[in-house]
Amino acid sequence: MSRREAEPAPGGVRGGRPGVAVDAVDLGRTYDLGGTSVAALRGVSLTIAAGDYVAVVGPSGSGKSTLMHLLGGLDRPTSGRLAIGGRDVATLDAGELATLRNETIGFVFQSFHLLPRTSAVDNVALPLVYRGIGGRRRRTMAAAMLGRVGLGHRLDHRPNQLSGGEQQRVAIARALVTDPVLLLADEPTGNLDSVTGESVLGLLEDLNASSGVALVLVTHDREVAARARRQIVMRDGVVVPPADDPDTPTVVPAARGGPEIVDPAPSAEPRRASGSDSGHPFGGSGGATGATERRGEIPAAGKRCGGSIGAGPGGGS
Amino acid sequence: MRIAEAWRVALDALSANRLRSMLTMLGVIIGVAAVVVLVAIGTGAKREVEQQVEGLGSNLLIVVPGRIDFGAAPAVSRLSLADVEAVNRIVGDPQRVAVTVTSGETVRAGTRSAFTTVQGVLETTPQVFVRDLDRGAYLTASDVDTSRRVAVLGATVATTLFGDREPVGQQVAIAGVRFRVVGVFAPLGQSLGVDRDDEVHIPVTAAHRLYGTQRIDGIAVKAPDREKISELGNRIVAELSRRHPDTEFSAVTQEQILGVLGDILGVLTGVLAAIAGISLLVGGVGVSNIMLVSVRERTREIGLRKAVGARPRDIAIQFLLEAVLLTVLGGVLGMALGVGAAWLISALSPVPAAVTWWSLALSFGVSAVVGIIFGVVPAQRAGRLDPVIALRAE
Ligand SMILES: Nc1ncnc2c1ncn2[C@@H]1O[C@H](COP(=O)(O)OP(=O)(O)O)[C@@H](O)[C@H]1O
Ligand SMILES: [Mg+2]
Repeated sequence: MSRREAEPAPGGVRGGRPGVAVDAVDLGRTYDLGGTSVAALRGVSLTIAAGDYVAVVGPSGSGKSTLMHLLGGLDRPTSGRLAIGGRDVATLDAGELATLRNETIGFVFQSFHLLPRTSAVDNVALPLVYRGIGGRRRRTMAAAMLGRVGLGHRLDHRPNQLSGGEQQRVAIARALVTDPVLLLADEPTGNLDSVTGESVLGLLEDLNASSGVALVLVTHDREVAARARRQIVMRDGVVVPPADDPDTPTVVPAARGGPEIVDPAPSAEPRRASGSDSGHPFGGSGGATGATERRGEIPAAGKRCGGSIGAGPGGGS
Repeated sequence: MRIAEAWRVALDALSANRLRSMLTMLGVIIGVAAVVVLVAIGTGAKREVEQQVEGLGSNLLIVVPGRIDFGAAPAVSRLSLADVEAVNRIVGDPQRVAVTVTSGETVRAGTRSAFTTVQGVLETTPQVFVRDLDRGAYLTASDVDTSRRVAVLGATVATTLFGDREPVGQQVAIAGVRFRVVGVFAPLGQSLGVDRDDEVHIPVTAAHRLYGTQRIDGIAVKAPDREKISELGNRIVAELSRRHPDTEFSAVTQEQILGVLGDILGVLTGVLAAIAGISLLVGGVGVSNIMLVSVRERTREIGLRKAVGARPRDIAIQFLLEAVLLTVLGGVLGMALGVGAAWLISALSPVPAAVTWWSLALSFGVSAVVGIIFGVVPAQRAGRLDPVIALRAE
């Protein structure tokens, strides 16, 4: 399962395989809607290394949030295997999973999800409550974390006394106050204007670089995604190999011949041939070439998805 | 999560929604107050009756026709003064035997009148029962022997008929027949809303003439000593049964009367407490309902707490504590309200209300248990919420 991008990051990971924050193999998540079932994820495999910075892009409804929920242990896969911080979530009960989230994961949501009527410092301290840390120490830790996100002067402000950007900074401080291994940010700038959004992104990237927390960022913005060390493109519940991704002007044919690569073409070929797949307006561009600096990584993800893509979009659309 | 922390969170949540918390507590407050007040009234009534019966005097034996039992119908008396003579022989001391024949009559003095209880009695009444005079003298043996038309008035009757004037020596008309007032009783006051000073005593012989009867309604005996009291009762009942083979007689002591009254009032108190308990239950259902609403309203908060590491147990405990806090707080306020209401009732009305510790402890305990029982379902529901769905809730 070794992967080239999985170099041990500074700090490493508590427990589990060193340097790996989350390891997912063939993850599936199907929702049962009284009779009919909706497959939100259909076989996603990926590894998030400690200290990694991964951008997840894809159209609305492609399963990005579902994937984030799974990676954060907020939800359980209906198929496949998932290890968070080296622990197989299938072996954990709801309480153990909650404790694992508390110790390992930080969430940042598009809509902030701060407790109203609760001060910034108490909002940030909330995860520490469930660690059994006493009130005074909690406040000290939360205040220090708020200082790191530039809100040291806003400790006792309520969410409704803060701007959107400030609220998201509070949420980031809350996500990081527990010193997690993995920070999952699902469209964190979706509710912010572009300037504020940019500064929030900058903060996330700074924290990723300085504290060694792995960052998985869901975004619509291709430019933003391009700043990540790695991109994961999703469509219809699967990870799309870059060659298949119409919006990425980068294909890595050189890597296709690599020893670890299973060519995704067999699954992609019929889709191009059909030419009617609305998700592939530039289906014919699949032949375009151009390496990215991360070419070694993207196919690796493609390799894992290879098996499922055949059963995924190919048969499902 | 530490338990102290959980209490703080629960308290915060309640104070964040003060009005709703108060309204929810109201059901519990009223329920607990009702238990406290109704039990207080029942207990107060029982206590007062006990005091009254004990106030009749010690070693008292009361002989009546029929059976003294919970629910027994009153019997028509066939007792006469001849039977009283027989009882006198058994007791051995006529001074220890009192009788009564009772009737409701209108008593007039000039233009004023009062409808009151007129009792035909022997001159022995003050020795057998504890009964003090305020003015004048009680009836004498010669009054009884000669059927003299003399009367002793209860304090209320005296005031109604004569106001501030001196009644002793005045004339009254009882059922149209003139009697002379020879004495006025010292006031006894009210008990259970009944005015114990609303009565007139006349010689039993005069009463028989007045009512046109020879009937005696009951005989009371002050036993010489406590040990022999039931044996004495048995002998009297045996003699009376021999004289009236077709009638049943009962001889009861104060203890027995207290026992029967205690049973009646105990059942009454129990029924009242049960009714109040139902209202407490209704209050509990209200708590349950509000907790369910609260869980739904705070679904996003629950989702967020879970996302940052709250276990199902942490969430469930938080909501359970909220429910318990609501009912316990409501219980304390209800106890305060109940004690206050009981005090007001006994101060402003003839109904005595005695707050008992057990009713306070019981209602407090019940309200806490109600909180737990009715809080469990909403708390479990909160604990089991799927965090992803909860975070999406609006
Ligand atoms: N609770 C749910 N019940 C049913 N379908 C769901 C549920 N959550 C998500 N889905 C479906 O799963 C798919 C992926 O959703 P999501 O992960 O939110 O996509 P994205 O975040 O990429 O927009 C969508 O088709 C969505 O309708
Ligand atoms: Mg989404």
